[in-house]
Amino acid sequence: MFNKYNIIVVGGGHAGCEAAAAAANMGSSVILITMNMATIGQMSCNPAMGGVAKGQIVREIDAMGGYSGIIADKTTIQFRMLNQSKGPAMWSPRTQNDRMRFAEEWRLQLEALPNIDIWQDTVKAIQVTNGRACGVVTSLGISISADAVILTNGTFLNGIIHVGEKRFGGGRTGEKAATGLTEQLVSLGFESGRMKTGTPPRVDGRSLNYSVMEEQWGDEKRGSFSFTEVSLPIEQRCCWITYTNQQVHEKLKEGFDKSPMFSGRIQGLGPRYCPSIEDKINRFSERDRHQIFVEPEGWRTVEIYVNGFSTSLPEDVQQQALQLIPGFEKAKMYRPGYAIEYDYFPPLQLDLTLETHLVKHLFFAGQINGTTGYEEAASQGLVAGINAHQRINDGHELILKRSESYIGVLIDDLVTKGTEEPYRMFTSRAEHRLLLRQDNADVRLTPLAHKLGLVGDDRLEKVKSKVAAATQLVDYLRKHSVSADKMNPILDELGSSPITQKTRLFNILTRPHVHMSHLSRADSELVGLTANLTDEIIEQAEIQVKYESYFDKEMEIIEKMKRMENQEINPDFDYNTLVSLSKEAREKLIRVKPRTLGQASRISGVSPSDISVLMVHLN
Amino acid sequence: MAHQDTIVALATATGSGAIAVIRISGTDAIAIVNRVFKGKDLSMQPSHTIHFGTIREGGEVLDEVLVSLFIGPNSYTGENIVELSTHNSRYIIERIIQLLIKEGARAAQPGEFTLRAFLNGKMDLSQAEAVADLIASNSAASHQVAMQQMRGGFSNILKQLREQLIHFASLIELELDFSEEDVEFANREQLKGLVLEINTVVGRLITSFEQGNVLKNGVPVVIAGKPNVGKSTLLNTLLNEERAIVSDIAGTTRDTIEDEINIHGVSFRFIDTAGIRDTLDIIEAKGVERTREKMRQARLIIYLADPQQDDIDEINSQIVEVAALGVPYVVVVNKTDLLTQAHKEALTAIAPLFISAKNNVGVEELKEELLRKVNLHNLGTDDVLVTNIRHVSALQKTAESLAKVLDGIDNPVTSDFLAMDIRQALHHLGEITGSVSTDDLLDNIFSKFCIGK
Repeated sequence: MFNKYNIIVVGGGHAGCEAAAAAANMGSSVILITMNMATIGQMSCNPAMGGVAKGQIVREIDAMGGYSGIIADKTTIQFRMLNQSKGPAMWSPRTQNDRMRFAEEWRLQLEALPNIDIWQDTVKAIQVTNGRACGVVTSLGISISADAVILTNGTFLNGIIHVGEKRFGGGRTGEKAATGLTEQLVSLGFESGRMKTGTPPRVDGRSLNYSVMEEQWGDEKRGSFSFTEVSLPIEQRCCWITYTNQQVHEKLKEGFDKSPMFSGRIQGLGPRYCPSIEDKINRFSERDRHQIFVEPEGWRTVEIYVNGFSTSLPEDVQQQALQLIPGFEKAKMYRPGYAIEYDYFPPLQLDLTLETHLVKHLFFAGQINGTTGYEEAASQGLVAGINAHQRINDGHELILKRSESYIGVLIDDLVTKGTEEPYRMFTSRAEHRLLLRQDNADVRLTPLAHKLGLVGDDRLEKVKSKVAAATQLVDYLRKHSVSADKMNPILDELGSSPITQKTRLFNILTRPHVHMSHLSRADSELVGLTANLTDEIIEQAEIQVKYESYFDKEMEIIEKMKRMENQEINPDFDYNTLVSLSKEAREKLIRVKPRTLGQASRISGVSPSDISVLMVHLN
Repeated sequence: MAHQDTIVALATATGSGAIAVIRISGTDAIAIVNRVFKGKDLSMQPSHTIHFGTIREGGEVLDEVLVSLFIGPNSYTGENIVELSTHNSRYIIERIIQLLIKEGARAAQPGEFTLRAFLNGKMDLSQAEAVADLIASNSAASHQVAMQQMRGGFSNILKQLREQLIHFASLIELELDFSEEDVEFANREQLKGLVLEINTVVGRLITSFEQGNVLKNGVPVVIAGKPNVGKSTLLNTLLNEERAIVSDIAGTTRDTIEDEINIHGVSFRFIDTAGIRDTLDIIEAKGVERTREKMRQARLIIYLADPQQDDIDEINSQIVEVAALGVPYVVVVNKTDLLTQAHKEALTAIAPLFISAKNNVGVEELKEELLRKVNLHNLGTDDVLVTNIRHVSALQKTAESLAKVLDGIDNPVTSDFLAMDIRQALHHLGEITGSVSTDDLLDNIFSKFCIGK
């Protein structure tokens, strides 16, 4: 009943939506198959986007022409730039979002793209001919053929939800699990594993007493994820902070014997950075309280997300413990928290393009690869969508470098080192994090996206003029000096030591607390120069000046590593011929099939002497 | 050609031989050597030329050397190469290599020169397999050596050091990645205390290098004295074998001869020398100069006197000369069997030990005295020693990075910039302790702090 498509995307979450959109925007005909059209773009867990490292990823997605940033901006109910007391590489945008509006915007966005069809069904099997994916079979028995298939199944594959001693199949609360596909993939030769994650209860906001909680407002100065002009909601909503206490902990402990976590009923490994409340109490028993973030789920809904209270204890224990939290005395629960176990496919089975080693033209993206988080999922979807399109059109594959993006770090980590627990991005995972900033994501990635046809000329021009204007401004600061009598009164105000002679503006700006506006007060020409520049450009110039020495040092390190990173390895290289390799190294190399010497060097078990051996043979 | 960091290593086999060659290869090889070389300006010299001069550290002359210049790509590795021909003394060689490392070179990995030669197209493909095997076996061997060196306290201290540094790095990363978490962040004073603590240990390890060398290579003991006082005979007696050429013609030993002997668990490296006298024989004159140099570098000098040759005043003046070198010494009277009791008594005031090297009289007492003199009781097996030049260079780089971290804490810069230097410190320390990954830091954070909403 269907004509052949270029690309089938299985799943309509963050990964699936970005994958479908990217492939369609590049010109592929796409069909997105989802079990439930009503939950396209669903925020399964907390109603928030971004945060430390994740905010940078959203900016990168936006710079590449993805939609997660735009949709998050449109549906923001609160914006905060985290880590502002740190250097610019740490500044991380984060939003609270309207959950229902977010999903709606994604749905509308997909509908607005001409090359995307949607089909509500469950995929039961991948069709493979000659080692190449060529279509899917659905639970309705329909065969749909395509040139490439992207799997973004999230937590749905054999998902099992646990609440206390109760357990039932499901991919999300109220939604059924997807069965059959894991088994079919395993029969094709794929290896699958099991992971676990959890989510907190949702409550009726009208039943809470906010007067005893701390208010947490967004930034007065609104930022956004997108580099494009998005009309942002003017108002912001407040969130609240409250704390658990010993009574809460005692009550929760009463349910421990029924906890699927502690009884061993849950086999999968959960993320350590996202522990359940029972886990926190158990592991950090010396702490007498834990923070609870009270987050509205949207503009108009009264539903509240109880962030920090992820649990799979019996629902009555959840309710009773909640009511012992200050402000929650009369809390009415809408739905209990739960733990969910699901299948994933260890990502060592993937190439850096997210195509599987085993079946060509088959791509995996999102939680199926063992990651967690909307941002991580969306960015993989984007890369898989691009690469699937390129693959079937013999285009250049997209492999982002660790030195140019968090997305590159994410994918390289996944396919090179694998992951045992749900993988979340941290800035510390990026060795060049000083360069991977939210402010320069467009400079780093938009030219690439333009080459791929994902953004138009206007966006490329915008980036170019941003860079040119900032460079011009920095040049001016480098060349021009200011006299002591003009500058010192301002420095005095700032508590900065006076200058004794004419000093270059550049050098003064490197001091802490000194900003462009202060220099403008002492240099009238600068006033004219900056008058027509956006805050973004001025900030860009300031960052360049203040942190130049660090950036230079970082660039030097990258330069040194280039030789390794640029040395390509044929993925089909027969490592068995290299008798000098250690046994462990050989096995790992055969499994990972690294694309460069740099990637090979990051595989655990591959030693520097193994790398030397490789270098000799690659030459 | 791409910029290549500059590597340095001893190119000749360790052990006997009068000359050693230190090879330096990389883009900055000539510039680095030029900074410590006194002689012609090497940067102005053509390729494939040899130059005489001295290697200096500060004002101190480490050695007279011949410098061979090879400008890339016309060199063994295809990069700029400088080869220093130095006198073959472990002490000199290690000081020069350390100096070059301080100036920006790094200690070469096993087989790295060959590897570079290969990568730069200086070897044909048929040699590839041999090179690969060589590298693999070399690094296996060096690993074994490293493991042996890590016996006892060294590995424990390093393990602690690594853990301390990981803990410190975790505290910084905690502030960055988990700034929103409800955990207590370390203040700057605490951080500073931690770095200072770590730095002290690193510093101690670095200074132990010299002592470690003594243990590893043997305590260098020079046997000195005028010609024909019986130095070679004493060496032979100590070694219990015919090692040096012994004859009655003064000046038979024209070069220094070394050998090792283990006395109660301490390894001594005895260095027999040409006798010191004013000589017209040119070859011997060089030997005498070598002797003085050896005496200066020794940890202990056995000054052998022969009262049959010299009277007490003459011996006394010789002792004054030896004492002027500032090296611990012990005066030993040889040929005691030929002495009268009165003569012996007269000598007791200036020389505590009487031996007959030939007849093996008093040699045990001499050994005891040597043990007392080198005073190695503070270098017991429990003490931690760094004995490998690559280890000490890694520790020095760790210390440099830690100094920058301290600087950053005082300055103050935000943690993301501190983290950069901490990573460098971890990287350098990782060269001896095994590398430290982000996962190690995250593991530490998750085990110690309650993270997560």
